[in-house]
Amino acid sequence: MDARTPTSPASGYVGQALPRKDLRRLLEGKGCYVDNVVLPRMVHAVFVRSPYAHAKIQSIDTQQARQAPGVLCVVTGPELASLCRPWVGVISHLQGMQSVPQWPLAMERVRWNGEPVVAIVAATRAQAEDAAARVEIDFEELPAVVDEEAALLPDTPLIHPELGTNLCWQRQVESGDVDAAFAQADAVVAATFTTSRHTHVTLEPRSILASFNPGDGQLTVWHSTQVPHMMHWMLSHHLQVPESQVRVIAPDVGGSFGLKIHVYGDEMATVALSKMLGRPVKFVADRMESFMSDFHARGHRVHARMAVSKAGQIQAIEMDDLQSLGPFGSYPRGGVNEGRQVINLVGAAYGVDVYRGSTRVVFQNKAMYGQYRSVGHPVACMVTEGLVEQAAAAIGMDSAEFRRRNYIAPEAFPKKLVTGPVLERLSQHEAHDKLLALMNYSGLRQEQAAGRAKGVLRGIGLASFLEMSNPSSATYGRGGVAIASQDTCALRLLPSGTIFCTASINEFGQGANTVCAQIVATTVGVSIDAIRVSLGDTDVAPYGGGNWGSRGTGIGGEAVLQAAKTLRRNVLAFAAVLLGCDVATLEIRDSQVVDAGSTQARISLQELAGIAHFNTEKIPAGFNPELAVHASYAQRTYDGICTNGIQGSHVEVDPETGDVRLLGHWVVEDCGTVINPLLVDEQVRGGVVQGIGAALYEQCLYSPEGQLLNCTLADYHVPLAREMPDIVVGHTCSPTATSELGAKGAGEAGVAGASAAVLNAINDALRPLGASLYGLPATPQRILSALHLASDRYKS
Amino acid sequence: MREPEDTVTLTCTVNGQPVHAQVPARQHLADFLREHLELKGTHLGCEHGVCGSCTVILDQQPVRGCLVLAAQADGATLETIEGAVQSHRVTDLVDAFVERNAAQCGFCSPAMILTAAHLLEHHANPSRAEVREHLSGNYCRCTGYEAIVDAVINTAALRRKKEGA
Repeated sequence: MDARTPTSPASGYVGQALPRKDLRRLLEGKGCYVDNVVLPRMVHAVFVRSPYAHAKIQSIDTQQARQAPGVLCVVTGPELASLCRPWVGVISHLQGMQSVPQWPLAMERVRWNGEPVVAIVAATRAQAEDAAARVEIDFEELPAVVDEEAALLPDTPLIHPELGTNLCWQRQVESGDVDAAFAQADAVVAATFTTSRHTHVTLEPRSILASFNPGDGQLTVWHSTQVPHMMHWMLSHHLQVPESQVRVIAPDVGGSFGLKIHVYGDEMATVALSKMLGRPVKFVADRMESFMSDFHARGHRVHARMAVSKAGQIQAIEMDDLQSLGPFGSYPRGGVNEGRQVINLVGAAYGVDVYRGSTRVVFQNKAMYGQYRSVGHPVACMVTEGLVEQAAAAIGMDSAEFRRRNYIAPEAFPKKLVTGPVLERLSQHEAHDKLLALMNYSGLRQEQAAGRAKGVLRGIGLASFLEMSNPSSATYGRGGVAIASQDTCALRLLPSGTIFCTASINEFGQGANTVCAQIVATTVGVSIDAIRVSLGDTDVAPYGGGNWGSRGTGIGGEAVLQAAKTLRRNVLAFAAVLLGCDVATLEIRDSQVVDAGSTQARISLQELAGIAHFNTEKIPAGFNPELAVHASYAQRTYDGICTNGIQGSHVEVDPETGDVRLLGHWVVEDCGTVINPLLVDEQVRGGVVQGIGAALYEQCLYSPEGQLLNCTLADYHVPLAREMPDIVVGHTCSPTATSELGAKGAGEAGVAGASAAVLNAINDALRPLGASLYGLPATPQRILSALHLASDRYKS
Repeated sequence: MREPEDTVTLTCTVNGQPVHAQVPARQHLADFLREHLELKGTHLGCEHGVCGSCTVILDQQPVRGCLVLAAQADGATLETIEGAVQSHRVTDLVDAFVERNAAQCGFCSPAMILTAAHLLEHHANPSRAEVREHLSGNYCRCTGYEAIVDAVINTAALRRKKEGA
């Protein structure tokens, strides 16, 4: 643990592997997810969705549906439009970004297969679904834009004719003499990398229960969300309910991963319907509509090349990224951040200064698109690390050694990237050495060589990655987006001497409750059992950003720390007044104010709180104890705090079937101060498994007409226990100097590097056969194709 | 052909209690448990029999609550996570899951506990690979599965130790 963490040695919880206090409740089936909330007079919304990727709505006949049993209302886009202001998914400081207004339900045209068109509200969900089948919509199908490469060609139809282009946003960066570097390089390597579109697949689907009370104009919304305060603003602004009369409650949230941080038309429609009907309306997506209407992510095609010297120095990188968006910019986060991160992060782990990068983000008649855990990172990592493997092979150097030679020198920090962001401080060399030791890299190489002699195709893949965390207002606020970049914590001392803690960060399984309790207990000097944490209710929690972009612990945790320090200070000041002694002679230990020297108990927190709350006659005149405190924190030094890590993958490829067996996976990551290693480690493992899913299995498949072809969990495969390896997690620790807590993000680390490590391992396994592939997921079919291509090349 | 709102009579035992109900003929078991009996620990993740979040025990076998019609449970003995917890049958498993942080969002967890309990009742000393295989009908999207495997293995070891003692 970092020395700057304010921990009294006797009772420090920060850094301890404490189990989560709230876990038993969830394990025993006593969690409260949105769908478990049932209100009096509650009714259910379902949606009729577009069967076409692009079509004109000629007519909608809702008469049969209106007459179906249990139906309260059937509403079309134009009918709902007056109840909800439209939104435009652009971020103003991303120069040139454009989109068009979007309403909760489609208006005159549908633009993706799955877009909500008609809402039906009925007494039961089954009745609403029955009625949905009776809605008749006459569509005139229009040509769809479903090929990213073709999106910008002159003959391609325009999704939004008023924009005159299918380009949503682009950015070019050029630094140094790129052409000269390539001309003079000892070796140039190149590849075209592709990643499929995939999606989050939270096990709890998107869920919302809106209750508008016409009696007092109060809107209460139970929402499966990462960002209750962001939604608070969105609901107030778009549904025109005063901010003071909106309450958002995020109860238990069944997975999120960046899915539940967006404004969705069907969810806004549900809230509008509640306002219209004056009664509670619930919408829970089913799995098929989740695949069609949840945001998708990734979906990149990147041409890239790298110039290297014989000595193993990266001299230049050139890359061109084409990112496929949905038909609109996503709201309120734009959806182009994938491309924004790819252009920022390609080559960034090696501080490459001679760089030409291009990112273009194009509209597609496919599902809406936005943030998925580790935005852009896995793509940038796959490109950079794929080139690194090729370059090392081209000059005959072990790729681990190649990396070591190219890491950013420790004395170069803070390092400004040519794309803009500044890296505060990394621990690349230390992480690298630690990973090689953990995985027994040289031992695996020897074993690999012995195996190759017997025809066993085993591969070892490394992937060094960067991880952006603790974002400043540079991400959203500066671009005119109403997403808080600060977090706030409020604490109060209860009469029993226990502490109630609430904060603007949110719990959805990562352990935020426990992290808050650990920081408060440690800082104030009480048992962790004396802390009650409540998050996720905007009527209770102070305003703030919530959890996304690996900011919960780094930013929210710092607010908690500062609030706890204030409470401690106030308790001690009060105790000094009551005891008539110098405050400097007092400390708090185990819920007792003690003499700092002798540690002899002077007054318990319970007694002190009792005086403050009940026996105020005992308080000397002129003194006012402040035992309810709050503190805020925003990271304002850098655009984000960039951290780092490295992963290793060991695989065996079956050349007959193209199957990949994962033999082992290792991660070393640096999240600065570790508050709770038990929580961090499994969160990293979960991220790795999501990255492996992207590497091997996951893809949203579209037909040439823009039909989403795989809408079930049987067709869209996510990793199972039997396919996954044990994953060894290690840490380096370089706390950020921008906060007292020193915590950096950990949520992105697993995903950021896993796909690249697995892909590199597969290519390492295939290398003796002269085969390689750079398209994810690396399905058996793609691996066999790569092998056939190599064998054809060999024959010719 | 039956109309959607047709109902059938269902008599069964749920968590040791007799249940007699009139249920929609088309209603699946998980909806019946959640909506009629308010047993909200049975979760619905996909409603097409893949994710395993709705796993319940029907006549001592784990089944997908979304693939069984409520009507099919007529005459059956059912156990949900609430019953398994109340009977203390899974207390040690839950303890081990807590200890090892073998859950994050918790949406898959009750079903994961039931499936793991079923394994341990039939296999006192499973290997890690066997645990992984047996749990592969239960998706978890948050953890890396490793902590879950650890928790099941740890529980098995404790149970063997207790049996031996």
